[in-house]
Amino acid sequence: MESVTFDLERGSVREVNQYLHGDAAALKGQQITVTSPNGAHNIAVGVDADVTITIDGHAGYYAGGMNKHASIVIKGSAGTGVAENMMSGKVHVKGFASNGAGASAHGGLLVIDGDAGLRCGISLKGGDIVVGGSVGSFSAFMAQAGRMVICGDAGDALGDSLYEAVLYVKGDVKSLGADAQFEAMSDADFTAVASLLDAAGLKHDPRAFKRIASARTLYHWNADADQEY
Amino acid sequence: MCGIVGLLVKTPALRERLGELMVPMLIGMTERGPDSAGLAVFGKAVDASQRKLSLYAGFTEEGDRFAWTPLLDALNAAMDVTARIDAKGNHAVLTLQGNAENVKSWLREHCPKLYLLSTGRSIDLYKDIGTPAQVADRYGFANLKGSHLVGHTRMATESAVTPDRAHPFTAGEDFCLVHNGSLSNPYGVRRKLEPQGIHFDTDNDTEAACRFLEWRLREGDALPEALQKGFEELDGFYTFLMGTTTELALIRDPFACKPAVVAENDDYVAIASEFRSLAHLPDIKNAKVFEPAPEEMYVWKA
Repeated sequence: MESVTFDLERGSVREVNQYLHGDAAALKGQQITVTSPNGAHNIAVGVDADVTITIDGHAGYYAGGMNKHASIVIKGSAGTGVAENMMSGKVHVKGFASNGAGASAHGGLLVIDGDAGLRCGISLKGGDIVVGGSVGSFSAFMAQAGRMVICGDAGDALGDSLYEAVLYVKGDVKSLGADAQFEAMSDADFTAVASLLDAAGLKHDPRAFKRIASARTLYHWNADADQEY
Repeated sequence: MCGIVGLLVKTPALRERLGELMVPMLIGMTERGPDSAGLAVFGKAVDASQRKLSLYAGFTEEGDRFAWTPLLDALNAAMDVTARIDAKGNHAVLTLQGNAENVKSWLREHCPKLYLLSTGRSIDLYKDIGTPAQVADRYGFANLKGSHLVGHTRMATESAVTPDRAHPFTAGEDFCLVHNGSLSNPYGVRRKLEPQGIHFDTDNDTEAACRFLEWRLREGDALPEALQKGFEELDGFYTFLMGTTTELALIRDPFACKPAVVAENDDYVAIASEFRSLAHLPDIKNAKVFEPAPEEMYVWKA
């Protein structure tokens, strides 16, 4: 298997991304390593090839954004918007992730071993997110489809204005957002949590998780609500 | 936007290298704040009977050719304050014996265009328009020594690009604040403070936060109490980094709209808006790196 290394002390993010945007058939199966990322923005954004990318340190904003097919590992932390709008593939953050992790992801799996900041999974559109630690406030805001597994705690307003995404939380939820509600776990939920934890490489008992989904009271305009929800 | 950097060193040897370590941090935040830059450095305090004034001459007609020595001679002839001056172009640190307020009045009267940047026993303050690299070079930031510092790179959104609206802002003595964000109620805060005799230098939103917090400290609040009142009174987006003689303090608004990252090890605590400003610090690979939580207080002792 071909392996290529880019050192960001010497080269630019543009060189890395131009290489990754090359012919997908030629890139297929390659192992690409980015050393000294040093918090640079936009590393491995818009990849559309079946490659394995290792970012050997802390990444800046939008790492792995719009990812399609690639498997990306960030050995340090990730800045704002990691794997935002991911379509498929996998992004694995070994450290913590800042705000807006996995925002509007349509597919694929985002794994964050540490904590995630605020607005994790905001407007999620079908992707899966597994967070080993806790998530900040307003996570899964307006999440439309997909699943989130949170092994730690959640901040305020979890799942505010949820559509059809489903959230599973092991720890404490500081507060639920408007229209989000706890629901009973079914066998299908236990199976889903078990398979997501397995895919993320995290060991937790699926039976310890609680399910949160939309009560669907906001789906239709209620003229009598008088702005009180 | 705007970028924030802070550095507090824990070993005496690193105090000699404070400026050298900080300059790449400041330059690393150029994309976040290319229009102005500044920093406040806290060093060894002068005697309790003395005060240091950081002065800016960029608004005078002479600008960076300002004649500091004649000003010093006139001041020493007029008042018994045995003042001395350490000047660098349009900037100078004036050290005096006795009452700083009398000296400030004298300066206002005799050189009204001279702008007071800071007052205190341990703070020196520099700020000006230009890129962070230009401003760092202009004042020789790499040579600064001290225990801790607070720096800022500005991309103005709330008021004009001028030296006095650059950060850090100061109020009272040995207190400074830098801000990434924008406040939504600075004029409300200002209307509360002005009737108590608190004077504002600019129309900048950050100045309201700075003067509010310093007012709380002066009224007897400890730093955590003052910051708690800040959470209650100050509305908008903010990451604030503050410096006092003995502390660095950081808070973020409840929505964590503006970023911050901290790296800490046995030698230093370094704070920046983004990791890319911390990446080149010594032994950063083994430092504990974390993102400060919203609505939490982080205070590090120098």
